[in-house]
Amino acid sequence: MRTLLLAGTALLTLAGTAIPAAAQVSDNVIRIGVMNDRSGIYADLAGEGSAIAARMAAEEFGNKVAGAPVEIVVADHQNKADIAASKAREWVDTGGVDVIADVPNSAAALAVQGITKDKKRIFLMSGPGATALSGAQCSPYGFQWTYDNYAMAAGTGRALYEQGKKKWFFVTADYAFGQSLEEETTKMVKSLGGTISGSVRHPLGTSDFSSFLLQAQGSGADVIGLANAGGDTVNAVKQAAEFGITQSGQSLAGLLMFITDVNALGLQSAQGLMLTTGFYWDMDDQTREWSKKFEAKAGKKPTMVQAGVYSAVKHYLKSVEAAKTDDADKVTAKMREMPVEDMFAKKGRIAANGRMIHDMYLAQVKTPAESKGAWDYYKIVKTIPADTAFMDPKQSGCALVK
Amino acid sequence: MFSLLGVPPQVLFGQLLLGLINGSFYALLSLGLAVIFGMLNVINFAHGALYMVGAFVAWLLLTYLGLGYWWALVLAPLAVGLLGIALEKSMLSRLYKLDHLYGLLLTFGLALILEGAFRHQYGVSGQPYPIPAALQGGQNLGFMFLPNYRAWVVVASLTICFGTWFAIERTKLGAYLRAATENPTLVQAFGINVPVMVSLTYGFGVALAGLAGVLAAPIYQVSPLMGTNLIIIVFAVVVIGGMGSILGAIVTGLGLGLLEGLTKVFYPEASNIVVFVVMAIVLLIKPAGLFGRER
Amino acid sequence: MTVASNATTIAMRGASRGTGTVLIAALLLAVAIAAPFVLYPVFLMKVLCFALFACAFNLLIGFAGLLSFGHAAFFGGAAYIAAHTVKVWGWAPEFGLLAATAVAGAMGLVFGLIAIRRQGIYFAMITLALSQMIFFLALQLPFTHGEDGIQGVPRGTLFGLFDLNQPLTMYYTVLAIFLGGFALIWRTVHSPFGQVLKAIRENEPRAVSLGYRTDRYKLVAFVLSASLAGLAGGTKAIVFQLASLTDVTWQMSGEVVLMTLLGGMGTLLGPVVGAGLVVTLESYLAATSLPVPVVIGCIFVVCVLVFRRGIVGELLHRLPKRGH
Repeated sequence: MRTLLLAGTALLTLAGTAIPAAAQVSDNVIRIGVMNDRSGIYADLAGEGSAIAARMAAEEFGNKVAGAPVEIVVADHQNKADIAASKAREWVDTGGVDVIADVPNSAAALAVQGITKDKKRIFLMSGPGATALSGAQCSPYGFQWTYDNYAMAAGTGRALYEQGKKKWFFVTADYAFGQSLEEETTKMVKSLGGTISGSVRHPLGTSDFSSFLLQAQGSGADVIGLANAGGDTVNAVKQAAEFGITQSGQSLAGLLMFITDVNALGLQSAQGLMLTTGFYWDMDDQTREWSKKFEAKAGKKPTMVQAGVYSAVKHYLKSVEAAKTDDADKVTAKMREMPVEDMFAKKGRIAANGRMIHDMYLAQVKTPAESKGAWDYYKIVKTIPADTAFMDPKQSGCALVK
Repeated sequence: MFSLLGVPPQVLFGQLLLGLINGSFYALLSLGLAVIFGMLNVINFAHGALYMVGAFVAWLLLTYLGLGYWWALVLAPLAVGLLGIALEKSMLSRLYKLDHLYGLLLTFGLALILEGAFRHQYGVSGQPYPIPAALQGGQNLGFMFLPNYRAWVVVASLTICFGTWFAIERTKLGAYLRAATENPTLVQAFGINVPVMVSLTYGFGVALAGLAGVLAAPIYQVSPLMGTNLIIIVFAVVVIGGMGSILGAIVTGLGLGLLEGLTKVFYPEASNIVVFVVMAIVLLIKPAGLFGRER
Repeated sequence: MTVASNATTIAMRGASRGTGTVLIAALLLAVAIAAPFVLYPVFLMKVLCFALFACAFNLLIGFAGLLSFGHAAFFGGAAYIAAHTVKVWGWAPEFGLLAATAVAGAMGLVFGLIAIRRQGIYFAMITLALSQMIFFLALQLPFTHGEDGIQGVPRGTLFGLFDLNQPLTMYYTVLAIFLGGFALIWRTVHSPFGQVLKAIRENEPRAVSLGYRTDRYKLVAFVLSASLAGLAGGTKAIVFQLASLTDVTWQMSGEVVLMTLLGGMGTLLGPVVGAGLVVTLESYLAATSLPVPVVIGCIFVVCVLVFRRGIVGELLHRLPKRGH
């Protein structure tokens, strides 16, 4: 039966232009599954906002590509890898989902990557940062779109080094992502000639950082690199201000910080922080215009993850339109062939390891006096050109790179 | 200059002081738990959630009513205490005749509801809460920089802890309370309204959690998840101290804070777990906890 | 009514109950065999894994009166063992599961030795704290890969014969494991050993005065429960092809309490029903905007306040009355 079907599809494909386009879209619908955390720690970063962004991308095509309607479905993986895995399987096996998008939380994303690779479905990762997703665990159908831990860590590391801050101390979350952030930054700083004066590992979900910060202060480093995320980074920054660390001349660098973290901190505590970002709503007219539309629906400005979902979904739909089918192999070929061009990425391209290569930006958090209001948080200090922003695909450890 | 295992003494002093600050949070929270457990025989799983509610009330007061820290210090524990009394009257009080485990399960459910509701309403990224103007800045102690606010936290929570201990162990009211735990019927016969006293005790215990929440708001993130991780550690503190022992909760809270501070210097990864290791050892040697009585 | 006739009616009721039980069991088995043709197999397998987990937990709370708040340690810990042995050491799934069960049993022995010296809430707190240590280990040990967990575990071939990559083969394997575990629990509960456990639950000092070394009995029950929880966790790791931190968190320990409480503590089928309901609810809520924890919390509160027997317990409570 299955071979028959396959043969049928092959025949149809061969027949090519003679058949109306819609006939080549499986079950006549392009179904995009936005899976993320809708209630936990990533809910503000991705959550419903990512679904809104995906819908905005579909609307630009009139919710129809290659003659087939586009449908967006959503699911909450609750930050559990097993829920992500079972939902992804269910979507692919019985839900007719062609593409899975977003999936913050690296464990969940790795689980989904395994399934989409087996089942030949396209996976557009905007939320997860683990470099393994475009490295050892890469997939011909998996695209890491918005950022990754390397880009965040190395970008900030290099930029601060160039400002003359050469001696680093790390406060690292004792988790795989924390260690990889520390490792990538260390490599970058050392390769430029800087030194590492020490590091301290703290358990995830630590509420009191004073002890670690004091150790960092005692080290005499120029920069304290915060190789942690979310609530941990927020607490660390807040307490660094309290203990007068920034006043005493040391700088803080958030190696994995998002605009939602800055919002949680408030500018009073966050001012002056350096960080790398893949997107900021107030960069140019295009981003401002899109973000305004987004804000009208979501009630707040988009994060880079949400903007990345929009860009990835849009590029996917464009490629379906161009390939006139939703066949995963043909669509991915088109996706790799066409440049990514939208308000999020200018002249972006997809590398062999599935990494979408685009410009990243070094941002500094504004002082309360500089900010004109809610979400006016960043000064873009520098554009990190696409060529140097990401890890060289050859060194990513991805088997697809020859 | 001498050093201890490669750590200079001034660093050690600094860490011990910080440990004491954290310890005073533990003490305040475990005190509330111990009071509730001692009087009601209920393990209050919702304690962490109510601590979070305390911090959120402070934030809400500031954001929507413009009432600052000092108001919050009074109003938030009051609000949490009233919420506690309402919960006790409407739900917990129905369970006293049953196995104590049901109290644990009920409060576990309540904790899920409270945390889930705040998460749904305010997201999880947390809300900023400033340090009150009067307590900004700090003192340079030579071996470390001590922010004034932290010093205030230690003083405030120690005062409250020992005040509570005094009230329960050394006053007439405390005597009634203790008697009511031993034999409620008899105390009732003396003309004391035991159910009301029990409700007030629960209210007081959770008000302590709310107060800890307000004290924590300026240094930690005001986030719906702030109580989730803390509560498990505080449980361990109460178990080590001996469940129901007021003095045990206070002393163990402070002691473990110090121990945790030291761990953060020598093996920071383990700083969240050292409490549980101590607990296992204590239970092997003294199953009732350090200050507990065998029942 | 004479004693004899009384005895006969009791015997008859027992017999009719017996045939009733057999009938119900046959019906349920038929449903379980037919289910994957109607429902999504992966979902059913998840239900079965949690059902076995809840049954194992229920053996302690329902039949020995011990509330463990640390069962996630066995469930999640065993999942890591199964995932590691199968993926890294290339063991066949049956050996992976055996290893998982054995390690969980060994952990149960250590936990048990420490915890059973205390009762009630103390016992719950101690198990909770011990399971936090396992969580710490799961985070720290290199083989667990921190928060990424062990991913991409191959399902392999059971006994070298059955290819577990076929959804139906996998499903029936899980069903067989579940039934095996369930049968073991059933046998335990109805054995003299199970009777002693119940005696301990009802009145420990009395059991002691009758000459039973209650600590021994409780320890054996604890180890058995831990092993079965481990079997469930190991199976889940094979089914989902991953082992992650989620399964070792204390929230997971809370979840299994909820399943058992909702279905009915101390009933054999209760945990199965509870697990089915909770898993269904969670997967249903995942697609809605309702906050999952609030709904789960409300169920908890309602169960504790007005529905302490649980669904199956409530049914059983009403059934015999009708006979009068």
